[in-house]
Amino acid sequence: MASFTLRINGERRTVAVDADTPLLYVLRNDLELNGPKFGCGLAQCGACSVLIDGKDVRACVTPVSVAARGSITTIEGLGTVRKLHPLQRAFIEEQACQCGFCGSGMVMAAKALLDRNPSPTNQDVRQALNGHLCRCASHNRIVRAVQRAAKEMRS
Amino acid sequence: MRTSRRDFVKMTGALVVGFALTPPRTLAQDRPRLPGSLNTNRRLDAWLVIEPNGKVTILTGKIELGQGIGTALSQIAADELDVDLQRIDVVHGDTARTPNEGMTAGSLSVEQSGTALRFACAEARAVLVAAAATKLGVPATELRVTDGTVTASGGTAVTYWDLAATADLKREASAKATPKRASARKWVGKSVARRDIPKKFTGGAAYVQDVRLPGMLFGRVVRPPSPGARLTAVDEAAVRRMPGVVAVVRDGSFLAVAAVREEQAIRAREALKQSARWTETASLPPSGDALYRHLMSATAPAQTVAEKASATAATPVKTLEALYTRPYQAHASIGPSCAVAHWRDGALTVWTHSQGVFPLRAELARALGVEAGRIRCIHAEGAGCYGHNGADDVALDAALVARATGGKPVKLQWMRDDEFAWEPYGSAMVMKLAGGLDAQGNVVTWSHELWSHPHSTRPGSSAGVNLLAARYLATPQEPGLPADVPQPAGGSDRNAIPLYDFGSVKVVKHYVAEAPLRTSALRTLGGYANVFALESFVDELAAAAGADPVEFRLRHTADPRARAVIEAAAGRAGWRPGARGDGARGRGFAFARYKNLACYCATAADVDVDRKTGRVRVTRVIAAVDAGQIVNPDGVVNQIEGGIIQSASWTLKESVRFDRTRVTTRSWAEYPILRFDEVPEVEVVLLDRPTERFLGVGEGAQGPAAAAVANAIAQATGKRLRALPFTPERVKQALG
Repeated sequence: MASFTLRINGERRTVAVDADTPLLYVLRNDLELNGPKFGCGLAQCGACSVLIDGKDVRACVTPVSVAARGSITTIEGLGTVRKLHPLQRAFIEEQACQCGFCGSGMVMAAKALLDRNPSPTNQDVRQALNGHLCRCASHNRIVRAVQRAAKEMRS
Repeated sequence: MRTSRRDFVKMTGALVVGFALTPPRTLAQDRPRLPGSLNTNRRLDAWLVIEPNGKVTILTGKIELGQGIGTALSQIAADELDVDLQRIDVVHGDTARTPNEGMTAGSLSVEQSGTALRFACAEARAVLVAAAATKLGVPATELRVTDGTVTASGGTAVTYWDLAATADLKREASAKATPKRASARKWVGKSVARRDIPKKFTGGAAYVQDVRLPGMLFGRVVRPPSPGARLTAVDEAAVRRMPGVVAVVRDGSFLAVAAVREEQAIRAREALKQSARWTETASLPPSGDALYRHLMSATAPAQTVAEKASATAATPVKTLEALYTRPYQAHASIGPSCAVAHWRDGALTVWTHSQGVFPLRAELARALGVEAGRIRCIHAEGAGCYGHNGADDVALDAALVARATGGKPVKLQWMRDDEFAWEPYGSAMVMKLAGGLDAQGNVVTWSHELWSHPHSTRPGSSAGVNLLAARYLATPQEPGLPADVPQPAGGSDRNAIPLYDFGSVKVVKHYVAEAPLRTSALRTLGGYANVFALESFVDELAAAAGADPVEFRLRHTADPRARAVIEAAAGRAGWRPGARGDGARGRGFAFARYKNLACYCATAADVDVDRKTGRVRVTRVIAAVDAGQIVNPDGVVNQIEGGIIQSASWTLKESVRFDRTRVTTRSWAEYPILRFDEVPEVEVVLLDRPTERFLGVGEGAQGPAAAAVANAIAQATGKRLRALPFTPERVKQALG
C-alpha cells in the first residue's frame, strides 16, 4: 500500500491504498462519498463519472495514482441540498430520474459539457451524454434539466 | 447511511422482540372485508403513527423504487389527515415495522397501499377529532382541522401532536370513516415533487449500496460459468492468503469471498475464478429461430384461457394467420444487485432492495434453516427495478458470506457479469394469431395461442426455494415448479384476451413451467409480448380489410374509456386516416388496457427506417392514458415516458445471448440499450378521472409502444416485422 493525497471537492484527503486501486472504491469507501456509483466496472455505463481537472472521467477504471495528479470533483463538490448547484436544482425541478442511479454521472458529464459549451443545442447535450446509460429511460427529462441549468448559469 | 453502533444495536435489538402487526389470516376471513391492503393489515397503528414532534409517520409494505410511490402515498395521507405534506415521513418495507403487503409489483401499489392508507388516515383523523372534542369540550362536528391543528368555532385549539399520547390508534380499522371527496383534496391530483429525488442528486445516502456499518466487510460471489456447472476444485488456501481476505466460503458449488476492502474482494474473486475448476453441461436451448421451435415443441398441454362464441354465426370470408416471437430479455439494471447482511447472536438483519421484504424473509428462513422471526429484512432502494431481478438472490449470497465473518457485517454486490448472466430474464415467447373478417371487414373470429416459460418465480411463488445460491449448495434446495399467474391478471397470458368485440374468441396457452434459463417477472410479464402480437395482428387485419387502423379499433371497441384514449392519442398525434408511409417514415398506432384491469393506454409512434443500414429510429411517440384517479400527474407522465422509451429499447435492440452451455451476454457490449441519440420525443396526454378508482400505471405503455413501432414500420415500408427485436439485420432482411 502507498499513501496518496487527493485534491477533492476543494479539500485534501490522504488515503493509504494500492496504487492501482480504482478511484471509485476510494471515493465510495474511504471518503464515504455516495455520488459516484458502481455500475459496470468496465467504463461502459458512466454511473461512476467524476471530473478530474474538469474532464468527465470513469472512476471505475481510473487508478487512484493517476487521479492523485489532478483535481477531483464529485457531485458532492457541486452543492448541497441547502445550497444546490444550478445543475442539481435543474435535475430536481425537472424530476429528471426514476431510480436516479445514473444521475450523479449524468450531472457530472453535464457539468463538463456546460463548462466548455455554455449554450449547447439539444443535439450537443445528447451527444455529450451518449456514453451514459439510463435504464429507467429518463433521457428526455435529463436533456431538459441540462438546458434549464445552462439557461440559469448563463443569466 | 452511516449507522452509529448505538443506533445499530438499537435496530437489531428490535429483532428479538418480534412484531405481530398482522392478525392471523384465519381470523381475517371471519371479519368484514376492508379496502385495499387494510384487509390483511387491519390495525390503524400498523399504517400510521402521530409523532409528538409534529410529524406523521406512515408505514407501507410497498417499497420505493424510483416510481415515486412514497410521494404518492404521502399525498393521500396528507389529504385525509389534513396535514401539510412536509409533515409526513414514510417508512417502506421493514419486516419489523411495516405492514406486510407482499410484493411491490403489478402496478398495484397505489391501488392496494394507497387505498389502505386513505381509509386508515380518514379513520385516524376521526379518532383524533373525537379526542380533540373531548379535550376541548365541544362536539366534534364543530371542529375543523388545519395542518394538524384542531380548532373549535370559539377559537380554542389542540394539535394532533398534543393528542398523540391519548388518541388511541391501537385498534382495528373499521373503514367507516368516509374519505374526502375529490374536490376537497388538496394534494392528490397535483404534481408534487418526489421526496426521494433531492438526496439522489446531492450525494445523499439513497441506496442499499450506500449502507455502511461499523466493521463492514465487502463480499463478492464467484458464480459458475454456466447454469449447469458444478465446482470440482478450487485453491481456497491461496486466496485466503491474499491481502485483506477475511473469508472464502465454499459450500458445494457456491463460492464467495469477503475482504476488508472492496477492491481486495474483487481481486480475490478474480483469483478464485482463475483457480476454480468446473464441470459444465449443455443445458441451454438453441438460439435464433430454433429457440422458438424448441419452445413450441416442449411438452406442455394446451390450456384454454378464454373462449367466447359469437352471438351471430358469421362466417369469415377472409382469414389470416401470423406468428410473433419475443426473445429472452434482461432487466439490465444500471447498478448490479446488492445487499448488506449482519449476523448477531444467531439473528440476521439484511438490507435489501427486494420488492417484497416479507416474502424474502420467509425464503431466507427456508434457505438458511433459521426461523423467520430471527430474520429482519429492511428495504433500501437499489438501482432501477423492473421486476424480479437479482435483489433477492444477492440477499442470500450476503447472508451466506456474513455467516463466515465472525459477526462482521458484509456488503455484497454482484459484478456486471453476475447481473447479466444470472438475473432471471423475461421469458422468450411465441404468439400465434389467427383471425377472420366478414364481408364488411369486421373481425368475426379471433384466436391467440401462446408458448411461454414462467413469468413469476419470485420468493414465495412456489414450493422450494428460489434463491439462486440455494441450488448450488452442498445440500441443494431447488425451487418448485411455479404455477402461472392466474387470470384475470394473467402471467404468460397477460393481455392475451382481446378487449375488442371480435365475435368468437379463443385464447390458448402452453405454459412451459420447466425453464432452461431462469425466468421471472420483467415489467408487464407476458403483457408486452402479447400486446405486441395482438396489436400488430389487429393492424394486419385492418390492412386486409382495407380499413384505417384507428377507425378499425374504434369499430370494435365499446368501452367508452378505451375509445377515449384511442381518440385522444389519435387526435394529439394528428392521425390522418388512410395516410401511407413514404418507404422510410411511417406512423403506427396501438392500444391496450394493462392486464385488462389497470390503466388504459393508446400510443402513436413515428419511425424513420434507414433502408440501407436497416436501422430503425423511433422519432416521436404520443400516448394517451386513463389511470382513473391520478394522484401525481407528473409521476404518471414519468412512468409512461420511461415505459415507452424502455419498451422502444426492448423492441429495437434487446435479446439475451447464449450458446448451448453458457449465457454469453456479460456486459453492455453484448446487450446494447437505447442511448440518448436514439430516444424518441415522448408526449403524454392524461385523461384524469378524479371520481374513479386508482388504476396502476407503471406497466401500461410497454405493450402498446412496441406494437405501435411495429405498425409504424409496416406502414412505412409495407413490411411486417414479427420477430423481436427489430435489429438492423432483421429489418434489412425484411426489406430484401
